[in-house]
Amino acid sequence: MEIEKKLIKKASLEKLFEKLQAKGNKIFAPVSKDGKTEFQYNPSYAEVTYDHIQTTQSLKNTVFPKIENLIRFKTDRSGVEVTEVDLTQVQSLVLWGVHPCDAAGFNALKSIFMWDYKDEYFNSRLQKIAVIGLSCHKSDDNCFCTSVGLNPGGTQGCDILLTKLSSGDFLAEIITEKGKAIVTEASELFETAPSETKEGNLAQVNQQFSHEKVTKNLAGAFEHPFWVENSLRCIGCGACAFVCPACACFDIQDETKGKNGKRLRCWDSCGFGLFTIHTSGHNPREVQSQRWRQRILHKFSYMPERNESLGCIGCGRCSRACPVDMNILEQLVSLEKL
Amino acid sequence: MESIRKKAKELLDSKQVQVIIGYENGTSNKVRAAFITDPTQVDRLIYDERCTQNLAVYLVKHEVKHLGKMGIVATIPVMRTINMLISEEQVKPENVVVLGIGEDGKLLDFPDLTVMESFLQKAKIEITAKDKEAMEKLKKMTTQEKFDYWSNALETCFKCYACRSSCPLCYCTRCAVECNQPQWIPVQANKNGNYEWHMLRAMHLAGRCVSCGDCGRACPLDIPVHLLTMHMAEESKRLFGVDSGFSMKMESVLSNYKLDDKDNFIQ
Repeated sequence: MEIEKKLIKKASLEKLFEKLQAKGNKIFAPVSKDGKTEFQYNPSYAEVTYDHIQTTQSLKNTVFPKIENLIRFKTDRSGVEVTEVDLTQVQSLVLWGVHPCDAAGFNALKSIFMWDYKDEYFNSRLQKIAVIGLSCHKSDDNCFCTSVGLNPGGTQGCDILLTKLSSGDFLAEIITEKGKAIVTEASELFETAPSETKEGNLAQVNQQFSHEKVTKNLAGAFEHPFWVENSLRCIGCGACAFVCPACACFDIQDETKGKNGKRLRCWDSCGFGLFTIHTSGHNPREVQSQRWRQRILHKFSYMPERNESLGCIGCGRCSRACPVDMNILEQLVSLEKL
Repeated sequence: MESIRKKAKELLDSKQVQVIIGYENGTSNKVRAAFITDPTQVDRLIYDERCTQNLAVYLVKHEVKHLGKMGIVATIPVMRTINMLISEEQVKPENVVVLGIGEDGKLLDFPDLTVMESFLQKAKIEITAKDKEAMEKLKKMTTQEKFDYWSNALETCFKCYACRSSCPLCYCTRCAVECNQPQWIPVQANKNGNYEWHMLRAMHLAGRCVSCGDCGRACPLDIPVHLLTMHMAEESKRLFGVDSGFSMKMESVLSNYKLDDKDNFIQ
C-alpha cells in the first residue's frame, strides 16, 4: 500500500498508547533506568523514553525467544508421547518506539527462519507483532545504519513510523495494513499531515563504508592474516551475538525431569568454542580468529549470497556490549580497504 | 607510560619476549588489549585509570601463547592472577615476564617472578569503594532478601558467558554448564537456570578468585556478578585465612586435604 502521512500531537500519542493498552494489547517499549535503556513489557506511558540512542538488548527475543519450548515429551515402557506446543496461544504484541534499524532487523531474521524451511514458531510470533517505529534523532559513533543500506528514518519493517518534529508533535507514516488498522481504531487522535518533513528531524549518520565492497573483498579474504591480527583480544563470549538483532544461531537441547522432558531451542553463538565441536573431539573452528571470521563472513558474505539480506543492520549494539572493544564498524572499515 | 614503552622495547629488542600484552587506545574513548610483537610499535602502549581489564586472560589463550614468550603489563590483581595460574599449572613461569604496575601506577622492576611474589606479599589489596559499598549493603540483608536480590538481578542474564570468558581463572576447556550427559545445571537462561549457573561459578572460584572484578565489568547487562566471587574470596579468607594469588605455590582451599588439618571434623 502507499504510505499515508498524518500528524499525531504529543498528547494524543499518550492517548494512543493508553488506548492500545486498554484494549488488552501487551506493549513492549523502551524504558531508561540507571543510565541504561531496555525494552520493557507494559510500562506506564510516563516511563517510556523517546530520547535514547539504543537499547542494550535487541527485540529479537519477541520473535526468537532466548528459550523456545519446541515440544514436550514423556517416556515410558511403551514409548515416547510427544505433545506439540499450541502456537495459537501466542499473544499479540505491540512494539513501541522501535528504531528503524531494529525494525529492519526482523527482515534479516525472516530471511533465515523463512528461507527454505518455514519455521512456524518464528512465524507465528512474527504474525502477532505490530511495529510502531520511531525515527532516530540522535546517534553515536557506533551507529552505522547508512553503511548497510538503511537510514535513521527508514520505514522498512515498520507498520507505523513516528518522527518527532520540531514542535514536539509527531509525524506518523502509516506503512502497512496492520498500521492502518491501528490508526483507524483511533482515528480521532490523528490529524492532517503537517508540511514539515521528517528529513530535517533525523540524526546525521554518515556512510563509512560500502557493504558491497566489503562483501566483494571477503570473497578472497578467508586466509588473510587480518583475522588473527584483529581478533587476538576476542575472549570468545557470546555478548555480541546475544545483543545482535540479526544473529539467529541456536542450539537444541533436551531438558528432562524424571520421565518428562522439554525440547528447547536456546540462543547460541559462533563465538563459543563449543559451537562447531564434533563428537569425535575435532573442531573445524579450533581457534578464536576462525570464529570471529565466521561472524563477519556470515553477516557480510554468506547471508547476502544465500538469503539476499545482510546479517547486520548497523545498530552498533555488539560494539557497545563487547567487553574487549571488538568494534565491528572499525573492522568493516578496514575490510573495505583490504 | 614512557617507562612501560621503554621496558617493552627492551624486552622485544633483546628477544627476551616475543609479545607484549598491554593496553592501547580503542574506539569510543575505550581502552583495549594490545599485542605488540614489533619493537617499533611500542608507542601504542598506554596506561591510565581506564586500564582495568584483567590481561592475564590472554596468558592461557591458544593464539596468544602461540606467539612465544609473553611479557605482560600487570596491575596487582593481574599479578595475583598470574600467581594463581602458575600455582594451577596453567602458565609456566619461564614463559612470562611481568611488567608490574604498582598502586601509584608506576612501573615496577621485577628481575624475576620471585621478586613479584615478595612484592605481592606486602601489597595492599583493595576493591573499589563502589564494590565495597555494594558488598556492605548485601551483607546487611537477611537470607531471604539476599535470595530475592540475586534472583531478580540474575533473571535478565542471557548466558552469553562474558563473565566466564573474561575470567583468567575460568580456563576449563569443558565447563560444567556444557556437560549435558548428565545435565548438571538447567539449560534455560531463566531465573532458575541463571541462579544455578552463577552459584556454580562462584563456588568454582571460591578461594581462587583474586577480586579483580572483570566478570562484572564484562557483563553486557551490568549484572554485578563479581560481587558473588568477591564474597567467596572474603569467605575463604575468613574460613581458611588465605588470600588467593600471593604466591606461585598456592594450595586450593577447597580441593586440598591434609592429615593434620586444623579442623578435626575432616580428620
